[in-house]
Amino acid sequence: MTGFMTLLRKEILRFWKVLLQTIAAPVLTALLYLLIFSHVLEAHVQVYPGVSYTAFLMPGLIMMSMMQNAFANSSSSLIQSKITGNIVFVLLPPLSYLEFFLAYLVAALARGFAVGVGVLLVGVFFADIEMRHPGWVLAFALASGTVFACIGILAGIWADKFDHLAGVQNFVIMPLTFLSGVFYSIHSLPAFWQSVSHFNPVFYMIDGFRYGFFGQGDVDPWLGMAVVLPFALLLAVATLMMLRSGYKLRH
Amino acid sequence: MRGLEKHYGRVHALRGVDLDIAEGEFFALLGPNGAGKTTLISLLAGLARASAGSAEIMGFDVTREYRRARRALGVVPQELVYDPFFTVRETLVFQSGYYGLRDNRAWIDELLANLGLADKADAYTRVLSGGMKRRLLVAQALVHKPPVIVLDEPTAGVDVELRQSLWAFIRRLNQQGHTILLTTHYLEEAETLCERVAMLKEGRVVALDRTADLLRGAAERHLLLDIGQQPLPEFLRARLKGMEDGRHVLDLPDFSELETILAGLRAAGIGVRDLALREVDLEDVFLKVMRGGRA
Ligand SMILES: Nc1ncnc2c1ncn2[C@@H]1O[C@H](COP(=O)(O)OP(=O)(O)OP(=O)(O)O)[C@@H](O)[C@H]1O
Ligand SMILES: [Mg+2]
Repeated sequence: MTGFMTLLRKEILRFWKVLLQTIAAPVLTALLYLLIFSHVLEAHVQVYPGVSYTAFLMPGLIMMSMMQNAFANSSSSLIQSKITGNIVFVLLPPLSYLEFFLAYLVAALARGFAVGVGVLLVGVFFADIEMRHPGWVLAFALASGTVFACIGILAGIWADKFDHLAGVQNFVIMPLTFLSGVFYSIHSLPAFWQSVSHFNPVFYMIDGFRYGFFGQGDVDPWLGMAVVLPFALLLAVATLMMLRSGYKLRH
Repeated sequence: MRGLEKHYGRVHALRGVDLDIAEGEFFALLGPNGAGKTTLISLLAGLARASAGSAEIMGFDVTREYRRARRALGVVPQELVYDPFFTVRETLVFQSGYYGLRDNRAWIDELLANLGLADKADAYTRVLSGGMKRRLLVAQALVHKPPVIVLDEPTAGVDVELRQSLWAFIRRLNQQGHTILLTTHYLEEAETLCERVAMLKEGRVVALDRTADLLRGAAERHLLLDIGQQPLPEFLRARLKGMEDGRHVLDLPDFSELETILAGLRAAGIGVRDLALREVDLEDVFLKVMRGGRA
């Protein structure tokens, strides 16, 4: 237990010490999206009755920032440790792979949540945001954060250099998050793309999260959770198995 | 260690190593670059997995009982690694925590003092000099007072004064009962510190003995004789090993023969300009073993 707590503390301190880069910068990015999209589209688009476009945008932006930062945290921490070689400091002690997994997972969630709360706090200055079902908000945040933290761990262990990681970031994470209804409701898409979106698990994450705020969404939140939760568990198990095998960590 | 083998792809880094190191021993593992020393240590530490064979630390199998085996082991890695995000003290507090130690301040302070890092306790590791980073690695390996301490070239890049104090410290730990396994390319360190030595070559143990016996077994002592341009008399030809800086290098297995040799030279009317004795050291034994001879 002390081993896990120490590793968790170290991982949290690691991003906390460079807060400007790890929390302030992504909040600013989200703010810029908010300013530009709401300025351009506020007058033209209304997705749900009684919900302004800016308010509609907020949950998606929060979720997107959370997911990207959960991924960034675990993946960049691991690749840095591998490349500098200081990963041995956590490989030599008697930490179990479960402790190892949970520490990186919880630290990634912490960073994701910190950014998410930051975006929310900035957002309340721009739109009326209510949270009708905080339980759904939290559930989708946790499950989705776990998914991206796990992808981050997997990618961080698999990657041999920063280029590999940038590849995952640009070709997997970014398209998945952008094409998931952050900026629009999929009902505004042509029928073909609507059905394509239903195969993107990230769509259910954003939609369920948004439901928690407005009480309305494109699909039922229970259906969304039925997709997201097994997906999160599957990734968690895959990550644990990879850690247990020692792949790329213990030759 | 029993029949330890390690393949890295097509590289056969260890080719069956059997080695027993007793509790409380001060043991040196020597060998040229690429011999497999670090690989052997990685297998003990669980940083790499053996292709065949097994190893135990304090009776704990390094794969089946990895948690207890790792708790018993402290490793100073060969590479100069550090985490630039943290200070010296933070690094040591974290390292203690990984071993389940919550309050380790007294021992951390003692380590810092003994390793000459006390005034750097709150400095970020990235501003330490190379030798200081090495000392921090030593401190990290010792935070949990492991009964077995493995040092992979701990003195590379450490200045003379600190090398001395580091060895004094390690020696004290050894006297308190810690088992020490050391690799080094400074053979005089191994000669003065270690009771037993194993020499590794291309993944095999090619020599294993008490240090003193290795030196004695080599049974070599050389007489360096400077007689200027005069020819070497017939009766010494059989002893001649070669020339060094214009001096004849002669075999002198038995000390008492020196008298006879000098008398013979005098009788032959050859003046001796200079004369020196050279005892073999571990370096000679090492070179001989590595060239394929027996120790
Ligand atoms: N991770 C690795 N991947 C592939 N080959 C490796 C790896 N680590 C070591 N080797 C190879 O295994 C052999 C033994 O290397 P090792 O590092 O154990 O040598 P060493 O005795 O520690 O040498 P040195 O004195 O230079 O530290 C070398 O041929 C090396 O190239
Ligand atoms: Mg080595």
